[in-house]
Amino acid sequence: MPVFIINRLLQAIGVILVMSVLVFVGLYLIGDPTSMLVSPEATEIERQALRKALGLDQSIWIQYLTFLGNAAHGDFGRSFLTGQPALQLIVERMPATVELVVVAMTFALVVGVPLGILAGLRPKAPSSKAIMTGSILGFSLPNFWIGLMLIMLFAVYLGVLPASARGETVNIGGVALSIFTLDGWQHLALPALTLGMAKAALIIRVTRAATREVLPMDYIKFARAKGLRPSRILKVHLLKNILIPIVTVAGLEFGQAIAFAVVTESVFSWPGMGKLLIDSIITLDRPVVVAYLIMMVFFLVILNLVIDILYIAIDPSAGEKVRD
Amino acid sequence: MDVTTMKAMTAAECQPLLSIKGLKTHFETRAGIIKAVDGVDIELGRGEILGLVGESGSGKSITGFSILGLIDPPGRIADGSITYDGRDLVSMDEEDRRQLRGNDIAMIFQDPSMTLNPVLRIDTQMIETVQAHANVSTAEARQRARDALVQVGIPSPDERLKTYPYELSGGMRQRIAIAIALINSPKLIIADEPTTALDVSIQGQIIHEVKKLCRKTGTALIWITHDLAVVAGLADRIAVMYAGRIVETGKTADLIERPLHPYTKGLIDSVPSHSTRGRRLHQIKGMTPSLLNLPQGCAFRERCEKVTQECLVAPEPTLLAGRLVRCWNPAL
Repeated sequence: MPVFIINRLLQAIGVILVMSVLVFVGLYLIGDPTSMLVSPEATEIERQALRKALGLDQSIWIQYLTFLGNAAHGDFGRSFLTGQPALQLIVERMPATVELVVVAMTFALVVGVPLGILAGLRPKAPSSKAIMTGSILGFSLPNFWIGLMLIMLFAVYLGVLPASARGETVNIGGVALSIFTLDGWQHLALPALTLGMAKAALIIRVTRAATREVLPMDYIKFARAKGLRPSRILKVHLLKNILIPIVTVAGLEFGQAIAFAVVTESVFSWPGMGKLLIDSIITLDRPVVVAYLIMMVFFLVILNLVIDILYIAIDPSAGEKVRD
Repeated sequence: MDVTTMKAMTAAECQPLLSIKGLKTHFETRAGIIKAVDGVDIELGRGEILGLVGESGSGKSITGFSILGLIDPPGRIADGSITYDGRDLVSMDEEDRRQLRGNDIAMIFQDPSMTLNPVLRIDTQMIETVQAHANVSTAEARQRARDALVQVGIPSPDERLKTYPYELSGGMRQRIAIAIALINSPKLIIADEPTTALDVSIQGQIIHEVKKLCRKTGTALIWITHDLAVVAGLADRIAVMYAGRIVETGKTADLIERPLHPYTKGLIDSVPSHSTRGRRLHQIKGMTPSLLNLPQGCAFRERCEKVTQECLVAPEPTLLAGRLVRCWNPAL
């Protein structure tokens, strides 16, 4: 097991190196960030001075190696725009995104798993067909459109929920959280619903497919032959087996949402990391973009590791396969 | 059995444990109605061992599942009655049937690598079987599980209880499945080809042990198999199935000695034995017919060596030399 964890971490470092080169070169080719930072009237001398101050006058490879050297000491540089350390900018925005995604994923699982099982148990029932049609809408309608419709309904027509920004926060252990205030929940409701609906649609489909796959298995028939109550067969024999695909998909979706909840965060002006990333790309704020992506690669690798460990907890025979 | 002991038996003891009459289990598919079981009669006494023999697709497993009420749509019991201990299983409501399953009537499946739930520990799967039928503490249920494992000859039962199915061999898993079937001391066990997926040496052991346990506890057994040789040493009586019907029933020794139905004879002749050494084994010509497209009259007609004009009409079961046979030209 420890070998398998170390392997994963080594892989992560490889991915981070390759990705940092790509992002560095990519942003270098796109354009000169100084043109975003100085006023259009600035003289060429002023621009040169700024380039020199930011280290942009050196060749790309020197810049990259300098960055690597600093990053090895935990210094990911400062934002070109604000001068704040890039890492600090990202970490400040993190609670807002994590909060949004955790609430959205919880919603998706609480709604998606039961509906998926229902649709899998009676695939031909009208209710199941309605669930499946709903799920097609859920993941084929674009996220921003769902967000806008929700804003129109709840914020404009009904006027019951705010359309944008994050609500009142409380400081818990140095982390600003809004899920402990009513105002926070009111602001969280629409973006979480927008994000959660698409995820729920996917969870429904995965759960249904897994249910349909597990139901004809001999061990379900054997459980019935043992005279178990239907509720026990459902909650223990079926559920524990379909958890494996559900955990896989929910885990990937969770990671994806944390790293790239850009659209939802933009529609609702949610002050999360996704919003920071998109703003930084627009302003060619290279240190922030690079630091952000590196953090996300690291996060996704850790997340995958957690998913693998969850597999083993659910299905111990998976542990055998990992060790082999 | 003499007259006095007959009189001493109560009426309940006299009646058969299981009585199936005219059972028809049909599957409605797009291609048409598949008559998997099409008029089966079985009678089984208390503690009796019946071998239900037939090729794959003959409806023997479906008969077993019909008894337990485990036929899923598009399948359904179209006609007939199944009476267990004086109660009609077909019209019984599902909750009553659930209480019988695993408690009065237990089942052992064919493939032990598929019957145990892969993500649950053995103890969980055994304890739940006890607690589904009796209001006992988990500790007591665990004790019963342990006893059941000892009963089927599993060494170090306490350790086995804590394992997952993937950690055990096929033979061990099947023993555990048998232990689960025995755990609530059922009156009837339906074993659906339980040794087919196992090594020959383990096959023998399991057959021997199941027989011993059934005799000891007085449990009736229906052993479903495609292999006549397996039930020859096990069953009191044998019923031979072909295309959804029982074509011949009789005492094991009689039936093996002198098969009346040409299909039974074909099955027996195709089993290798000392007397056939060095000779080419007999083979029943042709293939099992599709259940969607059975020949008119006797379903075996097209493969039969003794086919006559009469066979265009389906024969009814007739009593012949103490046996029920469905044939116009039995080998007398």
